[in-house]
This record gives sequence, C-alpha cells and structure tokens, in this order.
Amino acid sequence: MISEPPATLDPTAREALAELILGVADDEFVIGFWDSEWTGIAPMLEEDVATSSIAQDEIGHARALYELLADLTGDDADRIAFGREPDAYRHAALLNHARGDWAFSVARRWLYETADAARLAALATSNWPPLAQLTAKIRREETYHRLHVDAWLRRLADATPDVRERLADALVRLWPDAQQVFAPLQTEEELVRAGFLPEPLRAIHASWQQAVRPVLEPITGTLPPAAPTMDGRTRRTDDFLWLHGQFTMVARSEEGATW
Amino acid sequence: MVTTTIHDAREQRVWEALAAIPDPEIPAIGLVDLGVIGEVRIGPELVHVELLPTFVGCPAIEVMRHQIEERLTALGVADRVEVDVTFATPWTSERISPAGREQLRRSGFAPPVMTSGPAGLDELAVLPIAECPYCGSRNTTIDNPFGPTLCRAIYHCAACRQPFEQFKRV
Repeated sequence: MISEPPATLDPTAREALAELILGVADDEFVIGFWDSEWTGIAPMLEEDVATSSIAQDEIGHARALYELLADLTGDDADRIAFGREPDAYRHAALLNHARGDWAFSVARRWLYETADAARLAALATSNWPPLAQLTAKIRREETYHRLHVDAWLRRLADATPDVRERLADALVRLWPDAQQVFAPLQTEEELVRAGFLPEPLRAIHASWQQAVRPVLEPITGTLPPAAPTMDGRTRRTDDFLWLHGQFTMVARSEEGATW
Repeated sequence: MVTTTIHDAREQRVWEALAAIPDPEIPAIGLVDLGVIGEVRIGPELVHVELLPTFVGCPAIEVMRHQIEERLTALGVADRVEVDVTFATPWTSERISPAGREQLRRSGFAPPVMTSGPAGLDELAVLPIAECPYCGSRNTTIDNPFGPTLCRAIYHCAACRQPFEQFKRV
C-alpha cells in the first residue's frame, strides 16, 4: 500500500523496524476494539457516535501500520491482525484491561492518548520515510482524540464526589500499566543507532511522565514512582483472551473467506 | 488548494475522468476537487495516480482506488493503470478547491475553515461555531466533534433550526 519499497534495508534493520511497528499497531488495534465495546451503550447518544468514530480511527491506523509491516516482512496485514495466537500480540499492559465503567474508559484513553502523542511525535521524525510519513498523518487525527478525551477528563474531575472518586481510582489503578506504552524493545539499540527511533523510549517516557503528573495529581494525589519494564508488552490477561476471542471470531469462522 | 498544469490532450482526458469520479461518501464532490488526487504520471504504457486519503482509516479508499482503475482503464490512454495510496504528501483540508467547497456547502456540509496552508498541530481544534451551510448564520453550536464519518463534525443552527455537518479541518 505504501509506495516506498524498503528494498535497501538489511535484515537486522528490517527486524528492528518490524518490532517497533508491531507494538504501535497492536496498541491501536486493541484499544480500538475495547472502545468499540461502547457502541450502542455509551452514556449518551453523542458520545456513542464519538467513541465509535474514535474506535474506527484507531482500527484504521492499525490497518495502515499492519500494511506497512506486511510490506516490510512479506506477510499479509489481515493475517497479522487476526491470525495470531494471543501470546503473539505486543500491545502494552495498559490495554490488557476490559473497558470497565465510563470513568475507567476515560482514564485509560487519557493515559493512552497522551502517551501515544509523545511516541508519535518521536516517530514522525524517524529517518525511515514510510514510518515518518504515516505517523505524521496519524498525529493530526489523534489530536482530535486527545482534545476530546481531555475535555472528558476535566468534566469527570469536576463532577460529583462519586464520579471524581471513580476517575481517581481508575487512574491510580492504571498508572503502572500506562508506563508500559514505553516498554523497552529488544531491538531498541539498533532502532536508535539507525535513526528509525530518534531517541530511546526511556527518554520519551521521562518527558511524558513529567508532563502528565501535574495534570493527574490534583485528581489522584501523589502518584507513586513507576517505570516501564521488560515484560510491559508480553503480559496477557483473561480480559485480553476474551477480547481476542471476540475480534478473531469472524476470521476463524471461515478461514480464507473473501468477500 | 492544489493547482495542476496540463500539458497535452491525453493528460487533459485523464484529469477530466478523475474529476468526474464522485467521492463515495459525499457524492456531491469529485475526487479532484476534494484534493485526494496527488501526482499523476502518464507514460506510454502506464498511468500512475497517487491517492491521498483524507483520513488514514477512511473506509472509502478501496472504493476510490477501484473507481480510478476502472475509469482510467476504460479511457484507453495506456495499457495499465496503477493507483498508489500514499502519505508522502499528507492530505490536509486546504487541498479542497474553491469549487469543491461550494459543492460541499450546496449539499449541506460546512466546508473546513479556510487557511492559506496546512494547519500546525496546535492549530487543529474543535471549533465551537461553524457557518450554517443552509442559511449562512453563525448562530450555531457544536453538537459533536465526531460525526457519522471520520471526517465530519455535527453542529446545530439556532437561526434556521437545522442540524448540519462540517468537514473537519485536518
């Protein structure tokens, strides 16, 4: 789908780029499916439309990233999206949780959107043009998601004590897992050396955490120290196994079907 | 807006054919006026067309691709037609032509805010007001920054009491 053929990349570079792209794509794919769980049952009609639209955007971003990955590795985007066992997905631990109540979904989306924005800002300056071009375009769309969820965070934070407490509880519970959007990659040294990733993930993480603490702590109180860990993208939960069963259901029901 | 210099009759026919293809989701506007056609290269055997998605996840892209292939193949100016979906030149809303903006307005969509160049990231915003495409009033309120498709927001006009959609600035 992307015009630039990655013919000049050696196998090491190709492997590193594939690991980087897979994590971003799986994040977008999994949050898109979690948010699509709100379609029809969001707290108000307007939000039903908005959440569904955002979920569709995320799955669209995942599709474009899977296609980029498929071009790189000679695979098939649909196979990557729907044909893997749960253990082979590389989304961050933040996306292992079921959607929960509305405050939980807002808390998760806010943490994800801000972390994703920090990561996309870095990827948009990648020296591998296909990745830089695609993420630059995605960034413009994600800006609307971020503005939207930021308005929701403030709305819930200023609501009744019960609502504020649910939001604060969700943020505190998700805080450690949110760090995992920046979990170290096995090929990270190569990614940074080659300029595919302009700075190490721990550096992007540090500036993200510094920027979000002053927004979150008035709601949650002081948040504990937290850092990404090596298993941040390999942990799985029963919630995710359930979601995997849902999003692969149609693909499994008639393998190789076309329409 | 995007301007193109036309060199010969073959090129003219290709651009006319592209301009006549309607957007699958908003048929009132054609693909050229929408600004989703990037560079077009016309060789003796191959016509190569760049297609620039308005949104990365736009589900209409494959429909557009097929229609371009079909129309240009039928035109018979070259043996092969190749459509490349690319983000090398990102689609931004000021790529919509003045005629395209008018076509949007006539079919009930407020066109995106007009600017001379692509908006910076910090300039992208959900605006509280859009000009009503039916009566021109600015006595309007935003109902939802996310509408029935990825590229549209929903407003309501207090003057003519009509809900309407705006094509988002992106």
